[in-house]
Amino acid sequence: MSEVAAMHAGAEPAETPLTPESWGKLGMWLFLAGDAMSFGCLIVGYGILRYASTTWPVPAAVLGINLTALMTFLLIVSSVTMVLALAAIQEGDKARFKKFMGFTILGGLIFLGLQAYEWTHLIGHTLPEHNLSFSKDLFATTFFVLTGFHGMHVTGGVIYNSCVLAAVSRGRYGAKHVEIAGLYWHFVDLVWILIFTFVYLL
Amino acid sequence: MASTAHSTSQYVKIFYILLVLTVVEVGIVYMGLPKMLLAGLLIILAVWKAALVALHFMHLKFEKTTLMMIALSPFILCVFLILMLLPDIFPG
Repeated sequence: MSEVAAMHAGAEPAETPLTPESWGKLGMWLFLAGDAMSFGCLIVGYGILRYASTTWPVPAAVLGINLTALMTFLLIVSSVTMVLALAAIQEGDKARFKKFMGFTILGGLIFLGLQAYEWTHLIGHTLPEHNLSFSKDLFATTFFVLTGFHGMHVTGGVIYNSCVLAAVSRGRYGAKHVEIAGLYWHFVDLVWILIFTFVYLL
Repeated sequence: MASTAHSTSQYVKIFYILLVLTVVEVGIVYMGLPKMLLAGLLIILAVWKAALVALHFMHLKFEKTTLMMIALSPFILCVFLILMLLPDIFPG
């Protein structure tokens, strides 16, 4: 703790027993709590609409879960490369940081590519085959709203991580900025874990 | 904070646990368990995975209580949200 406090000395206002050692971290956590509430409202709304509906297709039968399980795996891997990137920059190893941060960004991009493929396939083939449509069926509407809102977060995360990678490369950002970006990225992973369960598996 | 070498092996350990839990999730969906049992198991597994990510990857386990309270607040609010919406789901 003293080491961390010394690292922030001068750059951060004096800490109190209630505040964390980094104000940027506190800010990110407050944002994430608000963002979690957005996702929470969407997921609770989804649950209520589903429970109140008389007909609801079995999600796994319509959506398929093999590709999505792979997407879940991808996000978990990119979360791990993110913490490894943080560990690298904390040791001052910039080359290793760039490698792992690059993997993290790549993981996010592949995830988005797979989601684009999944959506195209659903809209073009699977939904018409099951006589479902985005505008008429709550099953499809809630699916696209939830996964779309999450996909936007992944897009934002890829852009955010790319900016952090560039700023660290130019020496403007350090370990504490990477840690804050990591919080956002892990949150996106955490939300996907819940969406995977509630939208695809249940 | 623990030394970096230690935390790196810890991260990899958490990764394997998350991987196994994901495989178990997909596995039990294909097993055709009774609906309520399946739902209960899936929710437990999802919360377990989410907690692992928050506690270890987001370092919540090693942070001050303030951050823990901030992180828990949306879940408490969501419980209230569900309770307040129950009359809509079960009218009368």
